[in-house]
Amino acid sequence: MKNALGVEIPEYIEGLGELKPFQGVWESIIGDEIPSTNIVRTLKAKKAHTSKLCGDLKEAIQKCNPFDGMTVTFHHHLRGGDGVLMQTIEILDEMGIKDITLASSSLTSAHDGLVPYVEKGMITRIFSSGIRGRLGEIISMGKLKHPAIIHSHGGRVRDILTGRIKPDLSVLAASAADEEGNATGAHGPSAFGSMGYADIDARYSKNVIIVTDNLVDYPCVPGSIRQHFVDHIVKVDSIGDATKIASGTTRITKSPMDLRIARIAATVIEHSGLFKDGMSFQVGAGGASLAVAKFLREDMKRKDIKGSFMIGGVTSYGVDMLNEGLFQAIFDVQSFDAAVSTSVLNNPQHIEITCDQYANPNNCGAMTNKLDVVVLGALEVDVDFNVNVITGSSGEIRGASGGHSDTASGANLSVIVCPSFRGRLPIVKDRVHTIVTPGESVDVIVTERGVCVNPSKPNLAAALKKAGVKVVDINDLKKEVDTMTGVPAEKQLGEKIVALVEYRDGTIIDVIRNVENLS
Amino acid sequence: MTPKFKAQAGTFESSDIMVLIEPVSEEAGRQIDISSTVMLQFEDDIKNTINQVLDDLDIQNVHLIAKDKGALTPTIKARVEAAVKRSLGIQEGTM
Repeated sequence: MKNALGVEIPEYIEGLGELKPFQGVWESIIGDEIPSTNIVRTLKAKKAHTSKLCGDLKEAIQKCNPFDGMTVTFHHHLRGGDGVLMQTIEILDEMGIKDITLASSSLTSAHDGLVPYVEKGMITRIFSSGIRGRLGEIISMGKLKHPAIIHSHGGRVRDILTGRIKPDLSVLAASAADEEGNATGAHGPSAFGSMGYADIDARYSKNVIIVTDNLVDYPCVPGSIRQHFVDHIVKVDSIGDATKIASGTTRITKSPMDLRIARIAATVIEHSGLFKDGMSFQVGAGGASLAVAKFLREDMKRKDIKGSFMIGGVTSYGVDMLNEGLFQAIFDVQSFDAAVSTSVLNNPQHIEITCDQYANPNNCGAMTNKLDVVVLGALEVDVDFNVNVITGSSGEIRGASGGHSDTASGANLSVIVCPSFRGRLPIVKDRVHTIVTPGESVDVIVTERGVCVNPSKPNLAAALKKAGVKVVDINDLKKEVDTMTGVPAEKQLGEKIVALVEYRDGTIIDVIRNVENLS
Repeated sequence: MTPKFKAQAGTFESSDIMVLIEPVSEEAGRQIDISSTVMLQFEDDIKNTINQVLDDLDIQNVHLIAKDKGALTPTIKARVEAAVKRSLGIQEGTM
């Protein structure tokens, strides 16, 4: 069957069950709800004054009675420094557990060690918002038994609430925790900031283990994870590589290309009609995206604009803007650099939120639905404004869906910033290799050669032209770029589906097929 | 014409190409070794561009090594021409 974007979606996939095709950004909402079955919380009990502390991670895992075919979940707040996920998989492998479904909120460069466990069939299913590096390559070559499912951040919460992902064991790292399981990432030697992605696992997993390198006196404050969801606590020497967990201060790019694109994007925002007191704003941490914040900051000061809130994906740059009074509050689901943790801990206007509150399409208060402006990156865009952030130039999986489609759908103005070509590869295509965010929810694409406005927003195009912004038809931009770079040869793709891209409402928006060779 | 000296032009920066020329004996023919970050997408295109410049400069016997980081066609042409002229000792302007 074909979905609304013309992609052929299988009705059923062995090991994953029935699939629903994407119908449109808001088509799943009937009246005021999205019809779906919701799971119930596992009921847990414990006698008074008994200890949850375990000697080591292995003992804690053993107490959870691991079994073949189980689902193990993690959060990715430790980013590239994560030492907990690999350790857990190694222990489960030593115990002889097989046929594991791995459901981490994302997978990073710290998880290339999963490759042998996927190749030998110990891990047979993967749910994640992102897959990169060598792991992405072997999945692209078809080495994972069942297709990987790429979900959005909000979509993952829905996946757990509807039972699509059924966590049997959740091993959640914290930079501080107490003996009952109150846990946080806001302080401690390995502080990583918000624990927003871990909340849903803690609430709905059958077994929750908190792993920390910093066991503090009771009670641990703030309780990002609360004790009444936690089964076991393990004190370890290290939860990972602190230098990669807390990656210093995010700096604004010095790339002239990124800065030029960002300058244009900030001008687009200024003339969008949304640049006024009370504006809310989200920006990614990537090169051109974060640089937009720099120019917006200058523009807000110049015009004396006071915004309402920022969400994210928070960098120290956002914290600076909060401290300057440019915004009233930050809602923080994920902190990108070390300097942010202190702000989460000490500033009451810097509010840690769960991913449920951030972006879950199946609730009535997702922050993304209250967002005015979001600035997002892209690996590829197409003439229908669809965006690919998951597959690279050879068709290999090498990116992350993250909150891309969540924020694009909710924001009044979703701005994509990208160069028109990168290292000779044109970024504007007739059709992106993989659709993660549908063009329906993308308003503007900003490149160094001009700004493309979605034809569904003619008033915006007119306002930008009036303000002197170079607005170009995206088909013309594509032709111009192709003339410079030449048209790349077609990718060599196989027939096998190696991954499914799940839209935030749980429907399938695209499929990823295996690649024959990678450059 | 036949290159007399080892010569090079270009850099290893993104969107540039490094071209190395090694003299070979007369009648050895052209040997062109290309590596590129966009090999899958533009291998034939890069090869054709290099051959065209060599044709224009009437170079039949040469060993040319190209390490490409996604250079556009005009860049490739300029780097090949510069490398060849240096290898012939006929470059003009400052070095």
